[in-house]
Amino acid sequence: MVPIAYYLVLSAVLFCIGVAAFLIKRNIITVFMSIELMLNAVNLAFIAFARQWSQITGHLQVNGQIFVFFVMVVAAAEAAVGLAIIIAVFRARNTLNVDSIDLMKL
Amino acid sequence: MLATLLIVLDAVTPETEGLGELFALIQFGAVGMMLMSSAVELLLVFIALEISSISTYIMAGYRRKSGKSAESALKYFLLGSFATSFFLYGIALIFGATGSTRIDDIAAAVGKAVAGGPISPLLTIGLAMIIIGLGFKVSAAPFHVWTPDVYEGAPSPVVALMSTGPKAAAFAVLLRIAYGALPALHSHWMPILWWLAVLSMTIGNLGALRQRNVKRMLAYSSIAHAGYILVAFTALSPEGIAAASFYAVSYAAMNVGIFAIISHTGGYDDHLTLIDDYRGLAYASPLLAGAMAFFLISLIGIPFTGGFFGKFYVFSAALHSGMIWLTIIGLINSGIAAYYYLRVVAAIYSEPSGASPIMAVSRPSFPLLLAVFITAATTLILGIVPGNVLSAARAAAQTYTAAPATTSPPVTAQR
Repeated sequence: MVPIAYYLVLSAVLFCIGVAAFLIKRNIITVFMSIELMLNAVNLAFIAFARQWSQITGHLQVNGQIFVFFVMVVAAAEAAVGLAIIIAVFRARNTLNVDSIDLMKL
Repeated sequence: MLATLLIVLDAVTPETEGLGELFALIQFGAVGMMLMSSAVELLLVFIALEISSISTYIMAGYRRKSGKSAESALKYFLLGSFATSFFLYGIALIFGATGSTRIDDIAAAVGKAVAGGPISPLLTIGLAMIIIGLGFKVSAAPFHVWTPDVYEGAPSPVVALMSTGPKAAAFAVLLRIAYGALPALHSHWMPILWWLAVLSMTIGNLGALRQRNVKRMLAYSSIAHAGYILVAFTALSPEGIAAASFYAVSYAAMNVGIFAIISHTGGYDDHLTLIDDYRGLAYASPLLAGAMAFFLISLIGIPFTGGFFGKFYVFSAALHSGMIWLTIIGLINSGIAAYYYLRVVAAIYSEPSGASPIMAVSRPSFPLLLAVFITAATTLILGIVPGNVLSAARAAAQTYTAAPATTSPPVTAQR
């Protein structure tokens, strides 16, 4: 049986890849995908913890699994809105590069 | 508290701008914010947070034809979801450490863990992640970069909503998590909030000094005001919680008021943006100019306005808890803030320069006048007789400290 630490390390690594890609990548779609990666890292952590707590308490613990379903639903809703916003930006500016979206400066 | 605030918002924003689907989105957002402030289960907190965020993302990009509006929606969306995933990871880690997502169960488990020796790193990292996520939502200082851009690009009535509603709701969540779920870890989160408060106040006020665009200036000022509310949080006493709620209400009233006026004078397409554009508003429309000056004075915190008592309670709560340095930094910042607010007041009351477009401002319609009247009256009432609201805030604060996170939401101040 795989110990829980393995799952947690994998989830942390995925989360960090997501954060790094969010900060480095220049294409809006890729940036958006990195957010999805972060959310899925969170899902993995939830499931691993849910399994760990079912073993500790001895009875089935579904809190974590239910949370994951809701995260997936919300991520889908967010994707719908996000892609719509990306399309609006593309129509207005004809580019998907983050660096050229700079009508407003600090 | 928050329900009052949202009712005010609901009454105000739609009336200033008559537009179809916007109403539905505002209602969705309001439902999300109310759920957020009354939830005692982190799952519901998360869903409510997303309901309110997603509807504000859409509203920020409501002017589809304008490049600026789409850009502000994009920035808000990307950074907002980035923050959400941090918040979620924090919830996951705390769930891992305590085995529950109910706030009272978490409090019990954490209390036991703290009493029984060293604290698991899962808890501390989870706490930090949650503070980062909520810090983005309330635009506290190191996480504030999106605020000016989003406020500048989004339509003014929407900014009125999103600078107050989601922010106050996120503060309510922070309150619940910090005081309700993790009071045992206060030695960990207090220094973090201390630094957030100091940075927010300083960066907000210094940033506002060099802005020429009214909406950007108000965005920086909202960062600074988030800092003042965080000062009340660090006070770590029922008095501090009451002060934070009171401040949130008075800030909401004056900010919604000022954005109602800006959205009227600026029009739907925001053709008046610079502070200089507002020169001579007093000659074009003395009534609106007077109201705007009143709101600005309240934002500075001059007596007989809600802003004064808000600041007064916040800083006295901080002083009573022995936060002398924090109070001093806060007071210096309020001094700096007076400069840029007064600059706008001066612009309003100076002679218009030639054929300024401000002279073409149309007569205010009845809904706008009603909106301005409600917010101005609230600000004035909070500034003259703050007793009622304050005692309601105190009662709400007692429920936090007496029985952490019972099922009674702090919706006691429905007027």
